[in-house]
Amino acid sequence: MNSPNIIELRGITKRFGAVTANKGISFSIPAQTIHAIVGENGAGKSTIMKILYGFYTADEGEIFVDGARRDIRSPHDAIALGLGMVHQHFMLVPPMTVLENIVLGAEPGSAVKVDFRQAAERISQLSRDFGFDLDPHAKIEDLSVGQQQRVEVLKALYRGARILILDEPTAVLTPQEVEEFFKILRAMRQQGKTIIIITHKLSEVLSLSDNVTVMRDGQVVGGKPTQDTNAPELARLMVGREVLLRVEKPPAHPKDVVLKVQNLRCGTKLQDVSFDVRAGEIVGIAGVEGNGQTELIEVLAGLQRINGGSCHLQNHDLGKLSARQIKELGIAHIPEDRHRRGLLLDFNLTANAILGTHYRRPAVASGLGLLDEKANSDKTARLIRDFDVRPPNAALPARALSGGNQQKLIIGREFDLQPKLLLVSQPTRGVDIGAIEFIHRKLVELRDAGTAILLVSAELEEVLSLSDRVLVMYQGRVVGELDPQHAEQEEIGCLMTGGKQA
Amino acid sequence: MKALLRALLFPLLAVLAAFVIGSLIVLAIGDNPLTVYRLMLSSAFGLYDALGNFTFDNWGYTLFQATPLIFTGLAVALSFKCGLLNIGAEGQLYVGAFAAAWVGITFANWPAIVLVPLAMLAAMLAGGVWGAIPGVLKARFGSHEVINTIMLNFVAAGLISYLVQNHYKAPGDPIMQSGPIGAGAHIARFSTLLAPLGINFPTRIPLNVAFLLALLACFLVWVFLWRTKWGYEIRAVGSNPSAAEYGGISVQKQIVLAMALSGALAGMVGINEVLGYRYRYYHDFSPGYGFTGIAVALLGRNHPAGIVLAAILFGALIRGGLFVDIFTDKVSKDLVQVLQAIIILFVAMEMLFRGSLSRFIPGLKKSSA
Repeated sequence: MNSPNIIELRGITKRFGAVTANKGISFSIPAQTIHAIVGENGAGKSTIMKILYGFYTADEGEIFVDGARRDIRSPHDAIALGLGMVHQHFMLVPPMTVLENIVLGAEPGSAVKVDFRQAAERISQLSRDFGFDLDPHAKIEDLSVGQQQRVEVLKALYRGARILILDEPTAVLTPQEVEEFFKILRAMRQQGKTIIIITHKLSEVLSLSDNVTVMRDGQVVGGKPTQDTNAPELARLMVGREVLLRVEKPPAHPKDVVLKVQNLRCGTKLQDVSFDVRAGEIVGIAGVEGNGQTELIEVLAGLQRINGGSCHLQNHDLGKLSARQIKELGIAHIPEDRHRRGLLLDFNLTANAILGTHYRRPAVASGLGLLDEKANSDKTARLIRDFDVRPPNAALPARALSGGNQQKLIIGREFDLQPKLLLVSQPTRGVDIGAIEFIHRKLVELRDAGTAILLVSAELEEVLSLSDRVLVMYQGRVVGELDPQHAEQEEIGCLMTGGKQA
Repeated sequence: MKALLRALLFPLLAVLAAFVIGSLIVLAIGDNPLTVYRLMLSSAFGLYDALGNFTFDNWGYTLFQATPLIFTGLAVALSFKCGLLNIGAEGQLYVGAFAAAWVGITFANWPAIVLVPLAMLAAMLAGGVWGAIPGVLKARFGSHEVINTIMLNFVAAGLISYLVQNHYKAPGDPIMQSGPIGAGAHIARFSTLLAPLGINFPTRIPLNVAFLLALLACFLVWVFLWRTKWGYEIRAVGSNPSAAEYGGISVQKQIVLAMALSGALAGMVGINEVLGYRYRYYHDFSPGYGFTGIAVALLGRNHPAGIVLAAILFGALIRGGLFVDIFTDKVSKDLVQVLQAIIILFVAMEMLFRGSLSRFIPGLKKSSA
């Protein structure tokens, strides 16, 4: 197994109508390496991988596998050549077991009887080889997201994949799961597999890959061994200009307490949380996801009921108020899951821009409850302009926007409330680097204008660089408060996983 | 314009496909499909009768048949926009019709100017309450509206049949029907409406003001759903309840509101039936208007304009089926049911195709558009 390049792409071009998704893409992937493909949303990363996997056929160009030219017309061809793909959204049947999901479509045994015993043995073997740690008889619905992802990988391996394509595999994982997953990928490389990973997280590229290809606007704009590059260079190639990876912010000037939370409890997830947020400061909450952050934000936004304790905005008790009343008091909310909470995906941008204020002036024109079309489209146009939402077309459904642009629309809408307190959760999840910089800058601007900001993020880096104070949450409690300027990553990591503050 | 064509494409294909398959069935039975379809079309839409004289009969009866279907189609569509499936339009329209009749009987001597609006209001109110019940059950306890609306269909039928049998039937009348409503509760038929214009619309055709009300209801439902804050809230809940909740909308309230309005629209069938046609409550009058309304909403893509077209098509099938029954050798009017079923099947299949294909291949929609 010493052929230099297991995959080689030459001049691949793909058009969808008037849009050219890939323009003359050429690069090659040495065998037994981890190859990262980075680029912003819409750069054409997924398209080129779908061409390689046979979902699309290229309009021009050639694909070489093991040095031989191949026509890959369908995923079936790709699988026969030893390719496997793990999609960003899992394709598993939740009530079925790991074993059943893996053999689905490739059942061993005769036409009438599936030989599960043989399959189970092979799966256990594969699972041991790569350190998967999966019970073949567990049901998918009982597994964590990280384990489900491993099932997807195992599925590809079971079908004989030696080249694995992973589309944004870490988007859904917690930091711990990411580390475990990378361990598995390194073990797979060790055992002779080639891995192609699509991502836009630069830290992952640098820590995991051997080589990196950077794409922008459907073209390859850079490619080199990972050790010869660095984050600022990759970011510049991806975005096409210099990008600030660190947040630049002047010191905060906190004023009066805006939000006062005392002994707050909600369900089993939130147990006794107390803290304050002042006007003009960003308080960050660090913690592994699922330690009560979601409940905390939802309770403060009026979306979940309080079981005990209290929370006050200035002197208003938020405990008994509805989501609408809370908004009226001046609390804006950028939710963690913009698809589930933040947007009406099938509605156009205008309808999304008025969500939350749609029931009153200026969204409503008169006592008859008629919406003011003019005022609403003006507002949308203003948000699109001020928050650089692209494409700038208010008639598009929100679904048609990239993650970063969806987030910019939500941020614009919530900033427009001129809130006293902003609740913001995972502000840059699934967002391009260019948009991350923009979002961070806007948050700091809002802080400097005197808004109190409560920030929750699974990205420790983000919490530390944006916040003026950091609280660490663990199992529904605040277990520590830190100064982000002087906090050590290890200390926070220790608190996040239940250790004591030094 | 392009969007309009795209919206019309699949429903038209479904109708066309139904007629093609229907023709195979007609052939198998042993009649000539062309003859059958020509008969169907001419009896539903023809402007001249068999003797070559101009006639309002065909269009008049077709539109009369379409009227209740517009109401029930709107009812189903409105609930659907809130993410609810109202299978109870059948029960709601019976309750509405009985309420209209009850007002017409009880206050028989009141003048038309009071009695007509009151009877109309009663139909809407009763239908609305009947629709709101499963809405409240869903909002309060999370019990599924499909089950509850179906069950309430039976409750409505039983309750009203009891009331008619024991309290509102004229003594000695062998038919399950109430006594007549007061003359002040009658609404005008087209014959009366068009007479001042010198147009001789036959009195026997029961097409009445309710048809105009149905068209008005279409317009108002459109304005309500797409131009008011309440409609926005209902659609937001239907599209994504979590996001609606986030936007400060009470999902529970919208569910009750949507079901109540849906029931009120279904109840308006009673206006056509009782105030405009029979002038009494006649039991079992509906040949399944409430259920056909589901098909009308589906074919009309839950849009008021589409619903009018779909209702007219289904009305035409009912009218045409009658003639097919009489004037062909072998084919019976059941052919209409077959055609309806195939149309629904194809429309449903389209949802299946679009839904599943675009979910698995995100590029498909874009590249084909």
